[in-house]
Amino acid sequence: MARAAIPGRLSVRRAWRPAVLVDRWAETSSASTLVLEVDDWPGHLAGQHVDVQLTAEDGYQASRSYSLAAPADGDRIEITVQRLPRGEVSPFLVDELAPEAVLEVRGPLGGWFVWRAKDRGPVLLVAGGSGIVPLMAMIRARAGVSRAPFRLLYSVRTPQDRIYAAELHRRAEDDGGLDVAWVHTRTAPAGDPRPPGRLGADDLAGHGWPPDGDATCYVCGPTGFVEAASTLLLAAGHDPGRIRTERFGGA
Amino acid sequence: MGIITRGFRGRRVDDGGRTPPGQYLTGDFPVLSAGPTPRVPLDAWTFTVRAESGDVQAWSWAELTALPVEEVTVDIHCVTRWSKLDTVWRGVSMDTLLAKVETAADYALVHSYGGYTTNLPLEDLLGGQAWVVFEYDGAELGPEHGGPARLLVPHLYFWKSAKWVRGIDLRHQDEPGFWEQLGYHDYGDPWREQRYQGD
Repeated sequence: MARAAIPGRLSVRRAWRPAVLVDRWAETSSASTLVLEVDDWPGHLAGQHVDVQLTAEDGYQASRSYSLAAPADGDRIEITVQRLPRGEVSPFLVDELAPEAVLEVRGPLGGWFVWRAKDRGPVLLVAGGSGIVPLMAMIRARAGVSRAPFRLLYSVRTPQDRIYAAELHRRAEDDGGLDVAWVHTRTAPAGDPRPPGRLGADDLAGHGWPPDGDATCYVCGPTGFVEAASTLLLAAGHDPGRIRTERFGGA
Repeated sequence: MGIITRGFRGRRVDDGGRTPPGQYLTGDFPVLSAGPTPRVPLDAWTFTVRAESGDVQAWSWAELTALPVEEVTVDIHCVTRWSKLDTVWRGVSMDTLLAKVETAADYALVHSYGGYTTNLPLEDLLGGQAWVVFEYDGAELGPEHGGPARLLVPHLYFWKSAKWVRGIDLRHQDEPGFWEQLGYHDYGDPWREQRYQGD
């Protein structure tokens, strides 16, 4: 596997730094985007993540990793957080963190699951649930600076679970070379010719890239979803060296 | 102590001090992999130790599983911040596999089916600290968790416990593996929070 450079001075990336909540909005009933302001943010690549640290008054700390959802806007970064039932950190970030509250972040982190604007080849993005977040960062980073053809296959349970739905519909119209296809596993919207069901070989054949091209595949979602999707890509003949995965699971 | 985030209380768990800093406990078994899961047929599987001299020792699946098997119960800690207590594994101690190897090397570079690599000091593979395991929780180790066999080095972050392990090169000099080239720590002690280079 190839070496990959990560931008940013090490001393900057590894230090915990204060981050102020400057905006937050709901994406779905269970996911919200948080805009954090971090002084002297060094910038990041699409697909990278940050560590977030919360400290209670008695010194107790909890840390989690979250994918960055968009290119930096100066010192402002965005993360999108899915509220996990019985979670310790995500319900606090989604529901309780007060405007102007301060937490700590460090990053950007991760140098493998990234897309760079100089990468010109076709890209297949396969998202399951909140696995859309780092892939959305790639779609947003591409807009206006790259003509690399992008195809997104986004699997959700129901139409209400779509994160970034309105923006994805708009970008599918406006961003030349971006195709967006939806997979609904439980409930499909009225008029959708695809019956509800899990991502299958037909979905990838119909909306992905042929395996003999030079497409790079990025797959992100819960472990079971990523296992299933990457197995389908291998079975279709995609080169394992061109399938990059990021999985989440657990508490 | 960090900056206090107003309103955050957190949920403390009394774990008897078994969770390293920055980690949280999970009852699940999450998976972290950079790419698709390789499928390795047992009749083509081998495990190879290559000394710095070029001398090679290799075991087939039948030969590996005929060696003395140990059952170990250990806590594991992933750099993505989950920890899992009292995991039960069965496999062959690295002390057994390295017993007859002639070497003066200080470092090991571990190779996996699928191309993954990770590096660690050789002494961390010895002294009852590391195993090649093929059973987890009483059942055969599933491919998503590294089956047919993975390395188990529980005192280091879990990316050092290479899934789909196929061999170990013994080296005089430390050479960064896959995640280590991408900025993760060369040693990875969870109790010192050695997550990234420079920690």
